[in-house]
Amino acid sequence: MRRIQLSHGGGGEEMGALVRDLFYRHFGNEILLKSEDAAVLEVNGKIAFTTDSFTVSPIFFSGGDIGKIAVAGTVNDLAMMGARPLYLSCGFMIEEGLEVEVLERIVSSMAAELAVSGAAIVCGDTKVVPRGAVDKIFINTSGIGEIVCEGISAHALREGDLLLVSRDIGAHGAAILAAREGMELSSHPKSDCATLWPAVEALIQNGIAVRAMRDATRGGVSAVLNEWAAASQVCLEVEEEAVPVCDEVRGLCEMMGFEAVDLANEGTFVAAVDPADAQEALAVLRRSNPAAAQIGTVTLHKQGRVILKTGWGSRRYLELPKGELLPRIC
Amino acid sequence: MSLLLKDLYEGFRNGEAIRALSAAIARESEKLSQPLHIMEVCGGHTHTIMKYGLKQLLPPHIEFIHGPGCPVCIMPKERIDHAIALARMEDAILLTLGDMIRVPGSQSSLSQERAAGRDIRALYSPIDALKIARENPDKKVIFFAIGFETTTPMTASLILQAEKEGIGNLYFHINHVLVPPAVHAIMDDSDTRVNAFIGPSHVSVITGSKIYEPIAAAYHTPVVVSGFEPVDVMEGILRIVRQKTGGRATAEVQYSRAVTREGNLKAQEMIDQTMRPRDHFRWRGIGDIPHSALQLRGEFAHRDAEKVFADFLPTEPIDDHKLCICGTILRGLAKPDECKVFGTACTPSTPLGSCMVSSEGSCNAYYRFGGIG
Repeated sequence: MRRIQLSHGGGGEEMGALVRDLFYRHFGNEILLKSEDAAVLEVNGKIAFTTDSFTVSPIFFSGGDIGKIAVAGTVNDLAMMGARPLYLSCGFMIEEGLEVEVLERIVSSMAAELAVSGAAIVCGDTKVVPRGAVDKIFINTSGIGEIVCEGISAHALREGDLLLVSRDIGAHGAAILAAREGMELSSHPKSDCATLWPAVEALIQNGIAVRAMRDATRGGVSAVLNEWAAASQVCLEVEEEAVPVCDEVRGLCEMMGFEAVDLANEGTFVAAVDPADAQEALAVLRRSNPAAAQIGTVTLHKQGRVILKTGWGSRRYLELPKGELLPRIC
Repeated sequence: MSLLLKDLYEGFRNGEAIRALSAAIARESEKLSQPLHIMEVCGGHTHTIMKYGLKQLLPPHIEFIHGPGCPVCIMPKERIDHAIALARMEDAILLTLGDMIRVPGSQSSLSQERAAGRDIRALYSPIDALKIARENPDKKVIFFAIGFETTTPMTASLILQAEKEGIGNLYFHINHVLVPPAVHAIMDDSDTRVNAFIGPSHVSVITGSKIYEPIAAAYHTPVVVSGFEPVDVMEGILRIVRQKTGGRATAEVQYSRAVTREGNLKAQEMIDQTMRPRDHFRWRGIGDIPHSALQLRGEFAHRDAEKVFADFLPTEPIDDHKLCICGTILRGLAKPDECKVFGTACTPSTPLGSCMVSSEGSCNAYYRFGGIG
């Protein structure tokens, strides 16, 4: 079995071979293959720029892997600003001893995910660190996108806007939790890890007046809603029963005492849209995922707060998740 | 026929059923001659009440008093310091459940100790301790066991299994506490306003409903053993109101899907085989309650961390922060939002008292779900 050695990060022959035989082969594009010190890019108008580092254990999980997340995560951050993802950088930090075959699986998964949005990796970096300095592999990606729909912002919510989610929530957090703890379940939750640009592009092309979009990664849907309520100084009123949660995720939450709204997602976003466009927006989102749903309304009832309404007329605040998620005792 | 997890809760969160129960309680409670102060003994019920907004569905003369049934909340600081001292021993692996990781002791917490490099693990199931002990034969693996009657059988079964397999490096620090002595302590307090109880269903799955019969008789308070879903709690309240208006005070079971009068005899036998009541146990906020907790029986002394590692363990009782009123809250004499530091100096991220730490604590429940009148 071939393994990554410290020499693969040494800048010499072995590193050159790794870059050529693995990275260029999977990511190959005109800009990358020029092998200059920096990529030269042509971009029109306003751009969005973002960065994210990815560490996940286990690196392969039900529904995805660290490579897929590393591409989808950065592409999604661009998409959430109404930007078409164009160019990504990619930095690998690899633990000495990682099987080359594992690295190749990750890289090929990244290439497949890039194809979904049409973005390209145009520059990169590889470091190999001694055993124990990182856990198998860490990946950083930065991305540039061309803004095609201006004004989307967490500060832009208005009274009367409607809140949508693009699919059922909490799947990534539940999948990782189940995998990490080696839980034996009759039906395993599968991560939602996915590139959101096609769904976002469809919203924009259909002329939907989107006020805000955010992918509900760490902190889950409750973090997004609380951030918006604070940023726009509005009250978000959410119908608990309208929030889509699949049976596997709900089951795991029941068992562990977690809330699906607190669990991480990697391919699920919340959108606030003009009420006149909400039905069409929902129809567009449902073409990507039939579980998309309208979950609430923007009001001025308690500014800065998120209120969850039950199916029997009682209400409570939905707070930001805090601290480490720990299972309940009994 | 296979049973899905969702079959266990789906009908019990039905909006129509909850509204109907709310209306029935409102009608029936018109006949009450005095206000009803119901203590939900268990933190799990406090969470159901807050999370599902059940107080908002009840008439104003029915009030909840939040009881001491949260195993993390009632743990005095000196016992948390025990856990920390055990984790700091050389070649030790400390195992515990859930929220114990977060709760602050006198100087530190297990999560701070873990960050400093101690081997501390939160288990999903106590049985995992066997595997950890087997895989680490050179280490002292200590299970810091917490919980009421609900979790005690799992510890008992773990002890018996370790004996059977001859796993010599697994030790136990037993903090299992008992519901009935705590209820007596609350009722014996002359300030108490409690005049009815909701009993936790999971405790009675093990112990049976019979443990509440002496309580109902002694204080003339209805006790209804209820499930944790909103329909269960609302039905439990309706049954309490009916007992009151009918002039009765008995131990009654709403959660008949799994609770019998006698309980799980096999589990009771395993507990009895491995543990016996302590002379006394100091409950955080409530103080010393005789025979209110368990300890290992003498024949398991070789696994008893309190004996084997006695030299490492501090012995002085440590009181709470002087601004913290967890004790008054645990005795049912104050509500979390009556505390001066609630939500300001004391939050789930920076807890001063244990009721804010545990997800079953009443301060935590008020912080997460409360605030809407």
